[in-house]
Amino acid sequence: MSNVPRDLRYAKSHEWVRLSEGLAVIGISDHAQHELTDVVFVELPAVGRKVRAGEACAVVESVKTASDIYAPISGEVVEVNTALPGNPGWVNTAPYGDGWFFKVRPSAPAEAESLLMSAEQYQTQVG
Amino acid sequence: MLKRTPLFEAHRQWGARLVEFGGWEMPIQYTGILDEHKTVRSAAGVFDISHMGEVFVRGSAAEEFLNLVLTNDLRKLAVGQGQYTLLCNRSGGVIDDLFAYRTGPLDFLLIINASRADVDVAWLTARLLEFPGRDEVQMTHASDRLAAVAVQGPKVLDFIDTVFPGPCVLEDSLAPRPSDLKRNRISVFSFGGTPVWFARTGYTGEDGFEIVAPNAVITAIWDRLLLVGAPHGLKPCGLGARDTLRTEMCFPLYGHELTEETTPVEAGLEVFVGWEKADFMGKSTLVAQRSEGTKRRLIAFRMATAGSPPLREHYRVLADGGDGTPLGETTSGTMSPSLGVGIGLAYVPVAYAEPGRSLMIEVRGRRYPAEVVKKPLYRRPVAAVPPKPV
Repeated sequence: MSNVPRDLRYAKSHEWVRLSEGLAVIGISDHAQHELTDVVFVELPAVGRKVRAGEACAVVESVKTASDIYAPISGEVVEVNTALPGNPGWVNTAPYGDGWFFKVRPSAPAEAESLLMSAEQYQTQVG
Repeated sequence: MLKRTPLFEAHRQWGARLVEFGGWEMPIQYTGILDEHKTVRSAAGVFDISHMGEVFVRGSAAEEFLNLVLTNDLRKLAVGQGQYTLLCNRSGGVIDDLFAYRTGPLDFLLIINASRADVDVAWLTARLLEFPGRDEVQMTHASDRLAAVAVQGPKVLDFIDTVFPGPCVLEDSLAPRPSDLKRNRISVFSFGGTPVWFARTGYTGEDGFEIVAPNAVITAIWDRLLLVGAPHGLKPCGLGARDTLRTEMCFPLYGHELTEETTPVEAGLEVFVGWEKADFMGKSTLVAQRSEGTKRRLIAFRMATAGSPPLREHYRVLADGGDGTPLGETTSGTMSPSLGVGIGLAYVPVAYAEPGRSLMIEVRGRRYPAEVVKKPLYRRPVAAVPPKPV
């Protein structure tokens, strides 16, 4: 069974969100990294980009397939994990740690409640 | 409904991730594509290739018939030898690429692609009906009763004779043990009394064998190989690694590099055409292409910068600089696990096909520099001379 930390919020499309000091840190879940298999490439959004919840804004590629990563929450991208493109395997080995993708300053913080799932709900989705 | 090989339950037990391939439900990976790829390059991997098709062609006119429908020249084969060859239509387009073995003076075995088996057999049957010597040719499609595995990698020779200790029963190509078989040779060895075909061939660029056996014994062969091979690093490997391994070697995959709209000359496979043969299907087109040249040619390329995205099929290929003229599209692509860089194959106009040429590959609207390189993309490191036993 995959690891679903209790303190995060989750999108249907398998991104996680950690709310901390007014920012939303975003990555993909352990379940998602397992389904993707060996990640060999990551493309991150530009800092300063305004994203809307559900908008494709990053790309993750395994040997076999390319997948879009969607902004789970609306806002402005204020920081990206610049070390990640050089170490794409971190998405597999540390999906909730070094494998984070980018940080957003939410423009509609209530979305974290209205759009995203709790760990319990996400656990039910991924089985 | 997808077809399943006799090894389907074994794949489940080994934790395979299963996908559709050529109408079959096949393992794409077990532990992971990168791990399996590296395992085959450094130790050994075993692949289920039971989806591949087998056709036996026998009789006093079998050689003549096959030499008419296949591009390569079967007269070059002594008993026990095999060759890569192509099945072409009348205009030289490739219906399938395959391996043909001479298993007896008048006996041949064709190993064909899963996705093309029905098309091939229908084509061969129709051509046989037109063939004057048809009464002297017997063709049998045996795919339903035969299964196959490929065992590939530099460590295979360390354990293969233990798994198949039985004597060769094909007296004309005496190979007392599997390890005595030379490259591209086929022989029959005993597995617990059941004769199985054993060829020193593969699709990975590594040394190894392809083993064709009746459905009933393939699981026992698979289990025995893994039991005996595991201490040597043998692992089950899926189609994902098979694809990255063959892409590094620039081996064509039907439906990607080869289609009925591409010819062996465009694909750079002239060496597998028996140009001296009096006639064969597609000869006039292929001879003209060979002397006058073709518009496009299959190239191998690698991305010029580390950190470029992995390549995929159907990415646009453009000229470097100037107006960025579109040249064609990729037919295969991946992130090379051995080289750590994006690699691929593509058809481009001949003026852009020479090694060293710069190209651009478009990925999600962005252009990345690439370089045409000589095939294969990967070469096995030259083995160090083993130390002499003291």
